Amino acid sequence: MIDDSKPIFQQIAERIEGDILDGVLPEEGQVPSTNEFAAFYRINPATAAKGVNLLVEKGLLYKRRGIGMFVAPGARETVLAKRQDQFYRQYVQPLHSEARKLGIGVEELTALIHRSAAEHEGTPAP
Amino acid sequence: MNVIETRGLTRRYKDQLALDDVNLDIAPNRIYGLLGRNGAGKTTLMSILTAQGFASSGEVRVFGGNPFENEQILSRLCFVRESQKYPDDFTIRNALDAASLFFPNWDAPLADRLLEDFQLPNPKKHRIKKLSRGQLSAVGVIIGLASRAELTFFDEPYLGLDAVARQLFYDRLLTDFADHPRTIILSSHLIDEVANLLEHVIVIDRGRIVMDDEVEAITGSAFAVAGKSTVVEEFVAGRPVLRREGLGALASVTVDAPLQAGDRERAESLGLELAPVSLQQLIIRRTLKANERFGSPAAADTNVEVAR
Repeated sequence: MIDDSKPIFQQIAERIEGDILDGVLPEEGQVPSTNEFAAFYRINPATAAKGVNLLVEKGLLYKRRGIGMFVAPGARETVLAKRQDQFYRQYVQPLHSEARKLGIGVEELTALIHRSAAEHEGTPAP
Repeated sequence: MNVIETRGLTRRYKDQLALDDVNLDIAPNRIYGLLGRNGAGKTTLMSILTAQGFASSGEVRVFGGNPFENEQILSRLCFVRESQKYPDDFTIRNALDAASLFFPNWDAPLADRLLEDFQLPNPKKHRIKKLSRGQLSAVGVIIGLASRAELTFFDEPYLGLDAVARQLFYDRLLTDFADHPRTIILSSHLIDEVANLLEHVIVIDRGRIVMDDEVEAITGSAFAVAGKSTVVEEFVAGRPVLRREGLGALASVTVDAPLQAGDRERAESLGLELAPVSLQQLIIRRTLKANERFGSPAAADTNVEVAR
């Protein structure tokens, strides 16, 4: 659930982004209300609203007056691009630096990735 | 308009200042945390705001008026005391019935649901006198929530409640607040436990208000950075440091300033980890520092209570 790694409103925003990416929240689909987020994550509704508003500012969500908040068209692609960029910094760079510490060269690392891919083969993609 | 305004509020007990020049503006429809150690002045303050206690000097305005003997104002308030007293022969049902007469917004179905949630014994048969400490607290919590009072005070409402029951209280408080916004003032020394519920925090220490701000503003005003100590020191050079911790070649430093633009990228490229500082940590560090500055002899053990 919520942890101490980042400000709470940011975690809420990232969770909604994750749901947009997974298709749990489809484009043009309605997003739970800030009160529902607040109750679910056990946080103050103002904090939940701040997280939601962060995504409105980014153009990922939009408000329909009197109805609620919806996922904007094109939101999934925006999130995907952002996450792919993050993937390089969050996973690839640390992977490379940890490998170097362990004396694993780039070629060996590539071979390990191929091995991991082979082991996953046959199991359905998540 | 503010729900509560105090100016220069002071309460003196003989030669001791229980409240010292308290100036507060409480806005409507928010959840406030009134935090501080035992004996800091939380209950004294709430007693005066609800006209159950007197100020030695200063001004109090609740809903724009003086609450003292003012039925119109008092019916809009609910004060759940830590040690609420009930008449000796009262059953749980008697207490709820009395509350339903007093509070104009009383929600009887909600009170009944909460009776079940907290698993209280048969309300018609069971006398309040015979309840356990935790069950007594639960009755207070039920009255506080079901009162739907525009201004509700909970003074350490969790005494004797176990972790499950406390979580139940926090959950019901949040959902009911979302559906029926009102001003909630929650006094507590379990800061980490209530931090996420709060929008605004007031910290009181020996009768003085030492912090009065939005939670996001407080937690956003500091950060912690961890990594190789030489690199960490380079990163925090020239910044106000609240606390330093070291473990061998590693260090974790709490900086008493917001993150600057570009800090995240720089920390990432240096291999440092950034993290927010919890509300409880910040309150302890800040009030400890304030005490050191005043040269208080009690500074060494200050806020032990808060840290628990």
